[in-house]
Amino acid sequence: MPPPPDLPPAFSAWFAERGWSPRPHQLELLATVRAGRSALLVAPTGAGKTLAGFLPSLVELSERTGGGKGRAKGLHTLYVSPLKALAVDIARNLDAPVAGMALPVTVETRTGDTPAHKRARQIQRPPDILLTTPEQLSLLLAHREAETFFAGLKTIVLDELHALVTSKRGDLLSLALARLRRLAPEARAIGLSATVREPDELRKYLVSQNPPPSAGEGSPRVSKGPERGEPLPDDAEPAPQPLAPAKGKGIDVAPMAELVVVRGGAKPDLHMLEIGRTLPLSGHTARHAMPAIYDLIRGHRMVLVFVNTRLQAEYTFQELWRINDDTLPIALHHGSLDATQRRRVEAAMAAGQLRAIVCTATLDLGIDWGDVDLVVNLGAPKGASRIMQRIGRANHRMDEPSKAYLVPGNRFEMLECRAALDAVEEAAQDTPDARLGAPDVLAQHVLGMACADAFDPLELYEEIISAAPYASLSWEDFEAVVDYVATGGYALRAYERFAKILRGPDGRWRVRDARVAQQYRMNIGTIVESTHIKVRMARSLRAKPGTVLPKGGRTLGEIEEDFAETLTTGDTFLFAGEVLRFEGLSEDECLVTRAGPGTDPAIPSYAGSKFPLSTFLAARVRAIIADPFEWDRLPRQLSDYLAQQRRHSALPGERDLLVETFPRAGRHYLTAFPFEGRLAHQTLGMLLTRRLERAGMRPLGFAANDYGIAIWCTRDVSERAALSPGFMEALFDEDMLGDDLEAWLDESAMMKRTFRQCAVIAGLIERRFPGHKKTGRQVTISTDLIYDVLRRHQPDHLLLRAARQDAATGLLDVTRLGMMLKRIRGRITHRALDRVSPLSVSVMLEIGRERVYGEGADEILAEAEAELLQEALA
Amino acid sequence: MALGQRLEKTVKGTDLALAGEALSLDRSGALWLPEHHTLVVSDLHLEKGSSFAARSGQFLPPYDTRETLSLLHEVIQRLDPARVVALGDSFHDARGPERMEPGDRAMIAALQEGRDWVWIAGNHDAAVSEGVGGRYCETLDLGGLTLRHEPLAGAGEGEIAGHLHPCGKVSMRGRSVRRRCFVSDGRRLVMPAFGAYTGGLNVRDAAFEPLFPKGFTAYLLGDGRVFAIGRTMLGKD
Repeated sequence: MPPPPDLPPAFSAWFAERGWSPRPHQLELLATVRAGRSALLVAPTGAGKTLAGFLPSLVELSERTGGGKGRAKGLHTLYVSPLKALAVDIARNLDAPVAGMALPVTVETRTGDTPAHKRARQIQRPPDILLTTPEQLSLLLAHREAETFFAGLKTIVLDELHALVTSKRGDLLSLALARLRRLAPEARAIGLSATVREPDELRKYLVSQNPPPSAGEGSPRVSKGPERGEPLPDDAEPAPQPLAPAKGKGIDVAPMAELVVVRGGAKPDLHMLEIGRTLPLSGHTARHAMPAIYDLIRGHRMVLVFVNTRLQAEYTFQELWRINDDTLPIALHHGSLDATQRRRVEAAMAAGQLRAIVCTATLDLGIDWGDVDLVVNLGAPKGASRIMQRIGRANHRMDEPSKAYLVPGNRFEMLECRAALDAVEEAAQDTPDARLGAPDVLAQHVLGMACADAFDPLELYEEIISAAPYASLSWEDFEAVVDYVATGGYALRAYERFAKILRGPDGRWRVRDARVAQQYRMNIGTIVESTHIKVRMARSLRAKPGTVLPKGGRTLGEIEEDFAETLTTGDTFLFAGEVLRFEGLSEDECLVTRAGPGTDPAIPSYAGSKFPLSTFLAARVRAIIADPFEWDRLPRQLSDYLAQQRRHSALPGERDLLVETFPRAGRHYLTAFPFEGRLAHQTLGMLLTRRLERAGMRPLGFAANDYGIAIWCTRDVSERAALSPGFMEALFDEDMLGDDLEAWLDESAMMKRTFRQCAVIAGLIERRFPGHKKTGRQVTISTDLIYDVLRRHQPDHLLLRAARQDAATGLLDVTRLGMMLKRIRGRITHRALDRVSPLSVSVMLEIGRERVYGEGADEILAEAEAELLQEALA
Repeated sequence: MALGQRLEKTVKGTDLALAGEALSLDRSGALWLPEHHTLVVSDLHLEKGSSFAARSGQFLPPYDTRETLSLLHEVIQRLDPARVVALGDSFHDARGPERMEPGDRAMIAALQEGRDWVWIAGNHDAAVSEGVGGRYCETLDLGGLTLRHEPLAGAGEGEIAGHLHPCGKVSMRGRSVRRRCFVSDGRRLVMPAFGAYTGGLNVRDAAFEPLFPKGFTAYLLGDGRVFAIGRTMLGKD
């Protein structure tokens, strides 16, 4: 093959030396970017994505005239990755071409770990290529020197873009990108992504959605803000013109980056693990499959065993070691483990010292730690794209097939595995829709921009709506955000004299003082962890049984505070691969001892699965159930089970909802099977419980899983449905998303948690840093109190709106519930049964395993009070 | 659940005797002294929200004063007391009254109309400012009762105090409920904080030990009523 014209001889030689030839997509991307255009590269794992992303920069940097000392100063390329470790890893990988071709290029990383003197030096003398994270980029942009620092920027590389854009971090990054476009108008953005359902969404993300009329890309866009250039009198509010959100913008005219797609790659060698045993109807542990998984580990070089939750990781690790007769090196990796312990596992993996790693989503992305030749996904796949990403961790050479097994934990998960196998076969994707930018993230960004320099509100508005997630932001909503940043955005103008940003006579907003800028820097970022506390080994005193010394033990990692608070002394649980005995809480630590040998861990509040079943897979599961011809492709035990259900009750049609009612042990049950994922079902359960309460059915509680819900009542629901026709239709009517939803949101703990996250991101309350000592509860104000007060006095406040926007798609999944209710209108199949059906058994088994809802605080207190009474009577 | 309803009929956890005086623990967190036609509320911490804005630039919703006064208004309407005692820390800081909105100031004046209104001095508002009506004192004696802000370890029988913001936590079947509470051993009573933004100190904290050497009962404010909970059922934070 003749050397392609775009590639300088030194590069061609370098490729040739290694027996490589540049791949077509690498050259295509190089040509596109060199022509001054932004581009999205969509490629499967192992396609040389990273090298392709850096190739344009390396070629340009190698061509700089003068070379060496005479070269232009300043940052040339900025690389942003979602993981700190990935940035560090890429820096290492770049060393090969840079050193190999003796390129005069400097490469540095900037993360939270970069020492202060180096950070300061980087501002003064930037490297050619800087590798960093979205949070560090925002901090750089809020720096007083940002304008100079980024002035010469030529290229922005955004790695794992598909993973970034689905979260608030993606919102923050989009705003940073908008600012970079202003500071360095010539810079081109390169997005690197795995295969996604809607690449056009990512293409829009990469370029301005509000280009100046002169720009060639896309069609010019009508300014939605007040007319530019019109001087504003000091005392006048900016003229509120009819500021319709940018709805008229058709998808076809929205500006997009160029698209470079790598096709092909070998199809994965993917199977469902058959173990010739009947699977349970519920549960996710897959205990039955452990010997088979162990055999797979024995037959491979290195196996990644993915699970869905940390607790499941602990359980699996424990079970594998129980049968590890060959004492194979099997390790554990999840987000709660101590960082040093994780680094050790990663290093051992890279060195090829391990045979298997049981891990959670922490190893989903990015880094190639080692030579993995098999991926095992334990439990439900939950989503097609997620499973493909995980499969890609095995074998990083795109021309060879990745080998993977799906291991269902119960019979329903077999259905999900079947659906996922089909999806992978067709290469169908179910990545989430593009996000609507969060207002709390915007508030953080606006304060950051004021820290960098005084801003003109119109200019900043024009800049912000160039970011795809904020393209439809109205001028009024932008003003509300600026008002929030300045004084909290309250109808009661109580804080004018304490304003954080002030508007000068020139109409520009500037930050009040250095303290506000300092607060901004402390509060940066969109990841709000639920509060964690350290787990520390305590030493027990032999002389005094039951007494433990808090000092001296090692730290094992961190657990959620909520979980720790439910433990009482003596409880045993699995953590860091050991069975631990809870001894007590001391200040900010959870003290534990090693439980005696042979102790069975009690895992309270076992989280079923962290990710809800994707809409896409759910639809496929419903389609398989609805079509008995499909059952031939299912394991026999599963098709038998479905046939039983059909005989006993009914099977729901593809778009239908099956509702069953039946008595059991003195209670009356209602079960329903929407297949819309646990989060949407929990919300549905809450709302149905309210409605059944109002209908006089006296509901007592409910349980939900990914496939359905069960509610139990004191009164006979079957009888009621028989007496009043249309009862079920009314019960599942869409209007439950009106007042019932509002009333429940008011007191929902999940809503309060969502609000807390928004409040932290928007800087209303300060972040709590891990390791910081807890201040006494009586001096801090809990966000629950703030939420209650704000909701009663200003229900349309920016942060409440932000929390509701999150609730729609996040923990409450209201949007999905709404779509389901619309789908099943007039399509409810109700069966009044005399006993529980096979299908209902599966969700009934969740009762007692998952947390039961609907039990009020007063019932708990009444029970505790009864104890006192018994004490008194005894 | 049915248990809770059954109990409601048989046990009335809200009435209590202290030094021979009858007390009624209101589920709002207020204390009603029927023989003295007196309502006691503790630790209102008015203007706590605005104190954060002044001190650290945190703009908490400035509606806490209004919220607290609305709750107080509701209790006063219901019980129509001849006397109202605010048991100290009525304002979060000495400059609180200055920052108060005129509307809230007017609301206090309306509540005081036709009633004896007593501000007991607290540690947050030791030097109470002018312009908020009522009278001031360090302590108030009513029959066998002594009302003061901060409980004294060596105080005699009949002390009613606040200051500590007691909270109790009950954990059961993987769920825990944490609520404000009254604490009493039959000799003294520590009241919960009434203010909208006031947090709580767990009654298992060491601060309560010297006050109740022989144990205590906590009276937790439930959604529908007050629940008497024994010490053994109360968890630490």
